[in-house]
Amino acid sequence: MTKIIEEKSCCGGESYSTRHDVPVTIPIKKIIPEALNISTFVFEYNLEAKPGQFVNLWIPGVDEKPFSIANCNEKEFWLTIAKVGPATEKLFELKVGDYVGIRGPYGTSFEAKPNSTIALVGGGYGTAPLYYFGLKAKEQGCNVYFLTGARNIDLLTYIDQAKKAGFEVSMTTNDGSAGKEGFVTVILEELLKTKKIDSIHTCGPEVMEKAVLNLADKYDTRLQISVERYMKCGFGVCGQCCVDDLGIPICKQGPVMEKELVKQIKEFGVYHRDRDGKKVFY
Amino acid sequence: MSLKTNFLGITFNNPLVLASGVLGVTGSSLAETVRNGTGGVTTKSIWLDGHKGHPNPVIIAKEQWMMNAVGLPDGGIKKAQEEFLVYRKQTKAPLVASIVESSIANYVKIAEQLIKFNPDVIEVNASCPNVEDEFGKPFACDINAVSKLTAEIKKVCKNIPISIKLSPNVEDIKSIAKMCEKSGADALTVVNTFGPGLYIDTNTKRPVLANRFGGVSGPGIFPLALKCVYDVSKTVQIPIIGTGGVTSGDDALQMIMAGATLVGVGSAVYYRGSDVFKKITDEMEDYLKRHKISNIEELRGIIHK
Repeated sequence: MTKIIEEKSCCGGESYSTRHDVPVTIPIKKIIPEALNISTFVFEYNLEAKPGQFVNLWIPGVDEKPFSIANCNEKEFWLTIAKVGPATEKLFELKVGDYVGIRGPYGTSFEAKPNSTIALVGGGYGTAPLYYFGLKAKEQGCNVYFLTGARNIDLLTYIDQAKKAGFEVSMTTNDGSAGKEGFVTVILEELLKTKKIDSIHTCGPEVMEKAVLNLADKYDTRLQISVERYMKCGFGVCGQCCVDDLGIPICKQGPVMEKELVKQIKEFGVYHRDRDGKKVFY
Repeated sequence: MSLKTNFLGITFNNPLVLASGVLGVTGSSLAETVRNGTGGVTTKSIWLDGHKGHPNPVIIAKEQWMMNAVGLPDGGIKKAQEEFLVYRKQTKAPLVASIVESSIANYVKIAEQLIKFNPDVIEVNASCPNVEDEFGKPFACDINAVSKLTAEIKKVCKNIPISIKLSPNVEDIKSIAKMCEKSGADALTVVNTFGPGLYIDTNTKRPVLANRFGGVSGPGIFPLALKCVYDVSKTVQIPIIGTGGVTSGDDALQMIMAGATLVGVGSAVYYRGSDVFKKITDEMEDYLKRHKISNIEELRGIIHK
């Protein structure tokens, strides 16, 4: 857990903070099924995370993976997780009361101007951090449009919660099984054409995010993007998630970045790297 | 007043060199540390055909120490060539290529391949404590093995200098250092991580690192690493890259006073941020000003005089 312990002074007289980043193990308090192979894991812990930040979740004896925070208050926080690989398969075998480890929160967060009109654009389970951000934005008087797209109706998440929170909800599915048939960018463009949107905030597959970026440029709108890269340390040391040609670590200077910075990431929408540092093209 | 440092005829703008294993996966990331003030960089250790690292968690950290068992993941020689080009395009700062392999024959092969891409120095990682399950005790823990390794690599490296990275986890680092010098090492990197160490989560009663054990670095090992540099410096004539727990200008100056020519900086990125290199060199310059020292070279090995 990242905790500032004390300020220390070093040779130059400049003070710096010391911290510790080992997993804190806590029991799973609740598991809420969200959609096909997607569940929300609830933990009783005051994480003090901002929307868009992530934690490294350690499944003891298995693996540790980064997950963005789907909701957080003084009492508890939520992680909405899809069963997509060996680590999450093991996680889905765990029960309420089983212990997992948490490090973080890490990274940058979504931010909007108070009382502004914002569009949240999520793809698949990328909606989770956007939901949390929407709640915070709503508290600050924002008018929240919640746009989400998925392959089919079974993979849509956070629709009911978003409606309950008072967001303007619209959705697309690739097969037309819910909402409009097609990609989420179609309804985003309609929105940008008809309403004055102060900022867009997106999280989802990188190809979708790239399409959102193009629209934000076309309509000259502020955009924050949550960029995903393979991460290890979470605190900007191992270099695993550094992007070309900026060379900056996404775990620290991201995941949430303004579109101006993302446009300088040459590899965005083109390739990412596997856990050995090899390029994998989209 | 100058921090310019001559290391084996190669000019570094300042004596700091990014230590291997930190921010070293890509050419851009290495170049970014130069933009943040380091004098030169060391790549993450390169394998001939790449290598799978350990599952996460691979790094944990507390106030005084960091412990890692990343397990030397790498994309192999082809990736290295590509990243070298990216690095060279972005900066002129010297590039130290770290190499690692499982046998002397393979070390020789990778060195032979790598010199074609013209690194300024080859650092031989002969001391990683995190792959012992796979490969047994590191070469640098066995005086005969490290001697043979040094001699064989030196044969193929021609005009590119080699630095052997020593392990602190030995009974007598001085004899090993002396033997490396005798076998043809141009420099020594002193030292790799300590241990390995262990950290247990008491709730789950399990070791936290997936590899169970990990090499220990960070501020807590600084005085131990400094003593290693002192000991080695007393024993050999070849230059030393002093590395281990350096987080401040004062630490770096101590390394130089103990005999180091270059000073490795790694886990300090965690403790003081990505611009730690600039912070450290500012602190060193401040010291030189206060003590009216015109050239950092005046301080080298001063403790032995």
